[in-house]
Amino acid sequence: MIPSKFDYVRVNSIDEAIQQLQQLNGEGKLIAGGHSLVPLLKFRLTEPGALIDISRIAELKEVRKEGNRIVVGALNTHFQVANNQIVKEHIPVLAETVRQIGDIQVRNRGTIGGNIAHADPAADLPAAAHVLDAKIMIQGEDGAETMDMESFVIGPLITMLPENSVLTAISFTIPPSHTKSAYLKFSHPASGYPVIGVAVVAGVDENNMIDYAKVAITGVGDVAYRATAVEEKLLGQELSETVIKEASQYAAEDGEIANDLFSSEEYRRNLCKVYTERALKAVLF
Amino acid sequence: MTKVVGTRLKRKEDPKLITGHGSFADDIQLPGMLHAAVLRSPHAHAVIKKINVEEALKVPGVVAIYTGKDLEGKIGPVPTSWYVPDCDLKEAPQYPLAIDRVRYVGDGVALVIAEGRYAVKDAMYLIDVEYETLSPAVGQKESLKDNAPLVHDDIENNLAFHWKAGTVPEEVCEKAEASVKQSFYVQRVAPSPIETRAAIGRYNPGTGELTLWCTSQNPHIHRMVLSEVLDITEAKLRVISPDMGGGFGGKIGVYPDEALVGFAARDLCRPVKWIEERSEHFTAANFGRDEVIDVEIYGQKDGTITALRVTNTHNVGAYLSTMGPGVSTIDFGLMITGIYKIPYASCETFGVYTNTTPTDAYRGAGKPESTYQIERAIDLFAKEIGMDPVEIRRINMAQKEDFPFTNAQGLVYDSGDYEKPLTKALEMVDYQKFREEQKELRKRGKLVGIGFSTYVELCGFGPSKVAGGIGFQGGIWENATVRVHPRGSVTVYCGTSPHGQGHATTFGQIVSEKLGIPMDDIELVFSDTKSVSMGWGTYGSRSVAVGGSSVAIAADRVIDKAKKIAAHELEVSVEEIVFEEGIFSVKGSPSLQRTFKEIAKSANMAWNLPEGIEPSLEASSYFDPENFVYPFGTHIAVVEVDKETGQIELKRYVAVDDVGRVINPLTAEGQVHGGLAQGIGQALWEGIVYSKDGQNLTGTFMDYAMPKARFFPKFETAFTETLSPVNPIGAKGVGETGTTASTPAIMNAVMDALEPYGIKDIEMPLTPEKVWRAISESEGK
Amino acid sequence: MGNEKVNVTVKINGNEKRAEVEPRTLLAHFIRDNLGLTGTHIGCDTSQCGACTVLVDGQAVKSCTLLTVQADGSEITTVEGLGQVGNLHPMQQSFWEKHGLQCGYCTPGVMMAAVGLLQQNPNPSDEEIREGLEGVICRCTGYQFIVDAVKHAAQLMRETEAEVQLVGEERL
Repeated sequence: MIPSKFDYVRVNSIDEAIQQLQQLNGEGKLIAGGHSLVPLLKFRLTEPGALIDISRIAELKEVRKEGNRIVVGALNTHFQVANNQIVKEHIPVLAETVRQIGDIQVRNRGTIGGNIAHADPAADLPAAAHVLDAKIMIQGEDGAETMDMESFVIGPLITMLPENSVLTAISFTIPPSHTKSAYLKFSHPASGYPVIGVAVVAGVDENNMIDYAKVAITGVGDVAYRATAVEEKLLGQELSETVIKEASQYAAEDGEIANDLFSSEEYRRNLCKVYTERALKAVLF
Repeated sequence: MTKVVGTRLKRKEDPKLITGHGSFADDIQLPGMLHAAVLRSPHAHAVIKKINVEEALKVPGVVAIYTGKDLEGKIGPVPTSWYVPDCDLKEAPQYPLAIDRVRYVGDGVALVIAEGRYAVKDAMYLIDVEYETLSPAVGQKESLKDNAPLVHDDIENNLAFHWKAGTVPEEVCEKAEASVKQSFYVQRVAPSPIETRAAIGRYNPGTGELTLWCTSQNPHIHRMVLSEVLDITEAKLRVISPDMGGGFGGKIGVYPDEALVGFAARDLCRPVKWIEERSEHFTAANFGRDEVIDVEIYGQKDGTITALRVTNTHNVGAYLSTMGPGVSTIDFGLMITGIYKIPYASCETFGVYTNTTPTDAYRGAGKPESTYQIERAIDLFAKEIGMDPVEIRRINMAQKEDFPFTNAQGLVYDSGDYEKPLTKALEMVDYQKFREEQKELRKRGKLVGIGFSTYVELCGFGPSKVAGGIGFQGGIWENATVRVHPRGSVTVYCGTSPHGQGHATTFGQIVSEKLGIPMDDIELVFSDTKSVSMGWGTYGSRSVAVGGSSVAIAADRVIDKAKKIAAHELEVSVEEIVFEEGIFSVKGSPSLQRTFKEIAKSANMAWNLPEGIEPSLEASSYFDPENFVYPFGTHIAVVEVDKETGQIELKRYVAVDDVGRVINPLTAEGQVHGGLAQGIGQALWEGIVYSKDGQNLTGTFMDYAMPKARFFPKFETAFTETLSPVNPIGAKGVGETGTTASTPAIMNAVMDALEPYGIKDIEMPLTPEKVWRAISESEGK
Repeated sequence: MGNEKVNVTVKINGNEKRAEVEPRTLLAHFIRDNLGLTGTHIGCDTSQCGACTVLVDGQAVKSCTLLTVQADGSEITTVEGLGQVGNLHPMQQSFWEKHGLQCGYCTPGVMMAAVGLLQQNPNPSDEEIREGLEGVICRCTGYQFIVDAVKHAAQLMRETEAEVQLVGEERL
């Protein structure tokens, strides 16, 4: 599998990247780790005129705490994210999720920004992004802007990333300290992508009442989604197996569940319930 | 005698492979070498209206583009090599490039030759082909129907062959107290060697010699077939199999692509290299299995099986592959009764053309399918009469005293002791304890199950006269030459063609033990038709049993001659010479001796040889065994099923195999492990799925589930050793035991786990959804 | 567009190499075709099989999913740089001893991936090794002897490291 021809330019700053995008007038495509893009290039599913390599822009590699949020620069690899102290301490569900992406080689090279920008419906990362109220930070021709996951990813491989702009970082909410979290995944035996992946951040108050519940599901349809119906059924309830079981029945409510060769919509709806229940139990018990 | 055979030696092959110094096909670089790419049909069935190569020819570096029409009259069709007799076999000619009609996705349409592996692809993508699509025939059962589209216009009902063996009298079935009918689908799978196929051609216009390096498990068969296809004498065609990244049956076949590369190299008088891509491999390389097997099993309530009726409807794809016709007939149909003394059995096989990639032998070829149906059927019968699966096997299996045992279809099994591995495996798994635990776990809602497979397989092809009788277009003897050099090291030339099995080590061990010389003094040469006089290749677990035996016989002949020389030098009679651990000595006077090295020198110098003895120390053997060999054993799987998701966890896997004499336990275990992964893969994960319009929906490793390390527990393996009487080594063959035995063991275990739901069968592969659905449907009842 | 070649410099197995390549050149092809190091193999199109795994700046990556231009300025280690006959790396030694290979085609990639695994986890359990080998496919071995080999290599490497430390301390 050989890509078609393209030009290549390496840039050293975000501004330079934007300039190149402008100059190339729609023919340019950004490349960071390349682990989403290179496979597409090889199959000639995308044939850009030029690649703009942003992988060495230092300002995209930071991880920092900003108030109640953690900002992870787009160029951090999955391996770096999984092993970052700030991430592990404040948003462990992100570390747990990226640790389950692909394999060691892919995690060494694939970046968190590239993963979100690629918007693969079967990606793991969006589940964690959703439960951590991720904000996608973008730098464009007209300055910086921020989008949430729902408005950023609008379909399989389709995002609202404006023309001539760079996804610079993703910012995540730090959940309350009494919460716990988990990412539970059923890998496709061939691709390793989630047939379903459920991320949960949840907690109970001193009276054992569920006072925090974020649940997100990926892999089952065109886009990952927040299972808000489940969250609503949980919040304010006293923690019990029955409450979890009943709430989990609503796990497929908020998503558009799809069929594929490996699993039907009906089966995936079942997986939504079972995996949500198991993930909630893992977190709350 | 030095003990070399039977020891766990490290492999001779490995140093080059672990340091990056192997020489695989794509590693070969020749001066002036061009690259080839084959444009393949994206349609399962279509008429080629027009091919426009104009734009493609403009790509810098393009040297030539050939279409099927360009090659008409210049290159012949690639034939099958197995004309199974008495089955009305109809062969449709497979031209290396389709001429006016494409018959499967992957059928070659144009051959592009260019400077460089990138340019050749650029050009290939620019070829514009106009097709008029036709309805395709896809599934075998549907394709047999009267209204099905015809893959080849002159072949009615797409019936490639119709084969029958054995009869079951109606009254036997009528008298049976119990019977079970079940249809199984042994699904299409991809052999998937990690190295795809490749070919490199080099033609010398001065000598007229064409050298073809290709990924072949049997270079001499390739030479024989391609010499006809390319119209070149065998003496001028040299086929070399370089280091090969696995085969598993997928590289037995003589393929159109190899013929194309040879043709282009000769036509252009420049070296040409073709390296297949993985996605291409999933459309153009032969698959395995794809057989719908309908079984009827009859017997008494005491567990005695009285009759077995089997119908196999085999999807052969669009053309007959090299071994294809033999798989579902001879290999399958004569082995349907497995290890059991079933008095009556019959098999009827329909070979059906479809608009899909051809199917051929895949590790086990026919025997995994036959084992699958009998081992599943016997379990279903046991369930029907309420008998333990081990007990019913013991009641029906051939006993030690029955050997040589003739099965219902007339095959004579060489040797066997089926109780031995069964007992051992039951001990290893602790069967009684498992059943007790299972009861407890079931009470707690846990679905655990145990599954058995007590198998036997037909291996070690020879004998050649049988090959003739069954229509195989080859002899299946083996050749070895042991050549002793003047300073005492040895080169052994062998007709088998290893590609991962480690013959350099195992055959080396045979020679080392025979000649009493160190492994390092022995070099093995395989896989080159110019060096090795003849050979029939590596498949069918035949290499040690036939090739290894040939090596052993040739080594014995070397010793015989060396003894005569030693006797002459020591001035005694040959009868007085003893040869042990590389020393020729005189009986009763051990100080009178010659070393192997000394005799090697004497023989080669020829200064003082006994009368009538020719110079040099070299011997050959052409070994044709009197019978096949029949390895056997017991495999036991333990599984747990997650009832909420249908996911299956393989908890334990016990394999006790009897492969006759084990030359190297380390490599033998490796063979078992690899076979297990593939056989378990067939049961649980792997499967090629075609859409109704004949597109392969599982055409990459993103979709086709190759087993990975984390899918398996640690396998628990052991061997029992029942020697084969049909070869001098006593070996039976180990390569295919894993794929043959494991698939039904897994299925039987899962069905045992699902017994509380009354589930009897689920089609492979057992994806979680299928299992979940079966449970849900049973709960809904 | 697409006809401009790009200069790259890499340090491969300790040797600096400069070349002019098409930007689309895959690192795997560059290593094999331009540098003539054919120990690194290609087994699939989709980044699943891992036969092409090499170390780039010390980390295991799949060289079929990396453009050569992306590796410009990097240090690359291939199987040829891991160790040589007579001076084998513990991983190579262990694959040989434990029969961790059959056809040997996936082996260089598997060994490089395993080296990458041990860098991240020097003392893995069998289960962690199996999980850690998610990025490679072997069709021959059924993985059991690969797991044994990686475990053995981990032990050898820990022992060697301990020895190195000891020698270091003695020198102090």
